[in-house]
Amino acid sequence: MSNRIISANSCDLMRHFAASAGTPRELARQLSFSRREFLRSASGLALGSALLPSSPLAFGATPQYKRKVIVITFGGGARDQETFAPEGQENIPHLMKELIPQSSFFTQVVNHGILGHYVATASLTTGVYETFNNFAAVSPESPTVFEYFRKELKRPVSDAWVVAPSNGFNGIGESSNRAFGPGSGARVILPKHLLSAATSGATDYSHLLRDSYETPLYAPQLGGSTFELEQMENLLKLSVDDFKSHALTLSSADELSVYIVRQLMKQLAPSLLWVTLHDIDVAHAGAYSLYIEGIRRTDRLCAELWKLVQSEPEYAGKTTMLILPDFGRDADEDAGGNGFQHHRTGDALSRTTWLMALGPGIREGVVYDRALDSTDLVPTIGSMMGFTATYSHGKPIAELL
Amino acid sequence: MFTLPADLKPGQFNGYAPEAKKLALNYLATFQRVPLSFLPSLLREVIEYDYKFPAERRALERELENLRSLSPQDTGAWFGAFSAIQLSPALEKFDWVNLPAQFVEQLSAHLWATHQMDAFRKAALDYAERLRAAVPPEAPAQPRLGIAVIGQGVDKPEEPLFRKLRPHGALFTAINPENGLQQLLDTVAARAKENPSPYGHWYIDGGEAAPHDSSLTCVSYASLEPVRTALLEKIQTETRKPGVGPEALRTTMAQLHPTDLGMDKSGDPILQRFQMKTLTEGSGTQIFSTSFTQWAARECLRRAQPLSLLVRFAQRQRLKPMVELLAPSSASPQLDSMGSLVDADMGAYYNWINQQRLPGSEKSMFLVWFENHKEGVAVSPAMPRGTVSTSAATIPQILSWMA
Repeated sequence: MSNRIISANSCDLMRHFAASAGTPRELARQLSFSRREFLRSASGLALGSALLPSSPLAFGATPQYKRKVIVITFGGGARDQETFAPEGQENIPHLMKELIPQSSFFTQVVNHGILGHYVATASLTTGVYETFNNFAAVSPESPTVFEYFRKELKRPVSDAWVVAPSNGFNGIGESSNRAFGPGSGARVILPKHLLSAATSGATDYSHLLRDSYETPLYAPQLGGSTFELEQMENLLKLSVDDFKSHALTLSSADELSVYIVRQLMKQLAPSLLWVTLHDIDVAHAGAYSLYIEGIRRTDRLCAELWKLVQSEPEYAGKTTMLILPDFGRDADEDAGGNGFQHHRTGDALSRTTWLMALGPGIREGVVYDRALDSTDLVPTIGSMMGFTATYSHGKPIAELL
Repeated sequence: MFTLPADLKPGQFNGYAPEAKKLALNYLATFQRVPLSFLPSLLREVIEYDYKFPAERRALERELENLRSLSPQDTGAWFGAFSAIQLSPALEKFDWVNLPAQFVEQLSAHLWATHQMDAFRKAALDYAERLRAAVPPEAPAQPRLGIAVIGQGVDKPEEPLFRKLRPHGALFTAINPENGLQQLLDTVAARAKENPSPYGHWYIDGGEAAPHDSSLTCVSYASLEPVRTALLEKIQTETRKPGVGPEALRTTMAQLHPTDLGMDKSGDPILQRFQMKTLTEGSGTQIFSTSFTQWAARECLRRAQPLSLLVRFAQRQRLKPMVELLAPSSASPQLDSMGSLVDADMGAYYNWINQQRLPGSEKSMFLVWFENHKEGVAVSPAMPRGTVSTSAATIPQILSWMA
């Protein structure tokens, strides 16, 4: 088990926790309330009722077998004060003005698991709080959403893909669960790994090869099945030369990921596509300006992906996009942490995040306050696409179905 | 060796430094009464006793004395929630007496994995609350003064400065910048003369330290360049070894001594230890001057509880891939002055927050100044909150109004 999940100053847990006003549940509710008010004042959203289902036309025109789902997670959450709060809205103009008005927005998604990016993202894919070492390149123990999807709906390997930021995420496509064999999950593309292989570490590309900041001093070795350069040429119809020349026009690792996603959508049009962005997590290096840059870039990339969905015939009108950070970051007020830099205190701010859903049948411009659990994502995708996430601990989100 | 607190023996503390060993043996019976989920966190402080600042020593001694005074019934009330934490056999077999910091990290991972973090967090908060009530923190000898100097290398900021601090104090827009840094250094030095105390008055610089009075405890990023290079080389060496993961690297870093990184044996061992830990325990402190400065200030405030702290942020290097940032290099790095200003602006806010966590916060004062420019914010009980002054003022004048 990793000892990096909490800072070297984890002894502060004992000695320097600030007294918090209220229980974690109360704090999460307060946070949710603030988010709702920010959104209502800035975007004119309506308050949704937990009893109301999605639009009666939800997916109405699209047969279930043609439905597509794209999940975007942020590996490195952003706090309200840098995003949804009045002083932070300048950092997320695309979310505020373009996406939120088209979305159902859930203000209170609580992650009760380990607040490390790989293990938390793996938990999002399984609907079970995984407990493995965050810094080991291992597969989740519980079946992933990709395995449920492919097995129950009898989908080919080309129909489920993951685009992930760093080597540690290589095992996220499928679990070690015996009910599902090797090769039954999603293919995983690590764009940085591809670029590194394509360029042999040439310095022109160094800005795109930034590594995991959660453990900046160490990067896990690559393990498991890896999407390699030859397959990029064959499957994505992208030559190494074209890949390299386009990469030179990009400014960050996440832009590289979105470029690969674009190719995937155009060439293979997978029905289940999972994208994990990671630029925000540069916050671990302690430089606030870089953290803000990461938020602004992520905001722009989310909007670009949604525009891409609208412009691609294979996706337009039949795709649900779900956007959520894997968790938050520490509060300035928690003496056990160091503000935006980490997510180690386990305080309400670091555990409570949000979910945005867009697509046909999703009620637009509605904000929901009720508490969701991070594990609710997988069974919700299952209900949307027509499979059962048998081992998941979460519940389908009724408002999206 | 399998040891629970109740089985502790004096000989198990032979590996402790002299003063720490003496302290541990003095409170051995107290240690035997507290649960294993708690004790290593305390021992983590005890084992470092020889290298602690006076304020930390006093706080630890008072805490230990309080624990010793607890009746068996009180002990049960104070530690019931900790006793309910389930530990793994591996943790119980861990050498937590000699490696308490490593135990605490393993414990943290265990708490996350077993979903006991919230319960532990609540137990820790309750303990801290009880301790504050039983052993109220000592008031400072004079109101604390924190100063942050930001913006080196920037002529015009791209975004408004001090947005976090403005609501808490007065914004000055016509400060006479001439000789400003020297005036601030003189102010801190005068306070050190007025209330002399070891490690009571600090000057932290993210670049080259300006000439300053010897009464100030000084840490600068530039002066630690050889230490930083030695550390990066050590990290490179360790991570190239087969099988070395983050845990092993962390353990290696935790066991380093200042002399391992080339620090002079004749130096101040307490300050050297502080400097080394800033580099080995801080995240990003090895690569970014602004991260180093903020973390050094945070740790200085938390540990030394200074009466005066002047922090001057400098420019950090531009972002590069971590592999390159961690590679020791003799080439002059490219600097990111505008990004550094944003970092420093937030860093100044964190300095203020961390200062306000210390006893005497109701009288504390804080000044942030855009170096060589006319803008600054003054926060103190005497300064009206959220106000703006466009009148000409000198730094000494503002400091006098803050008092």
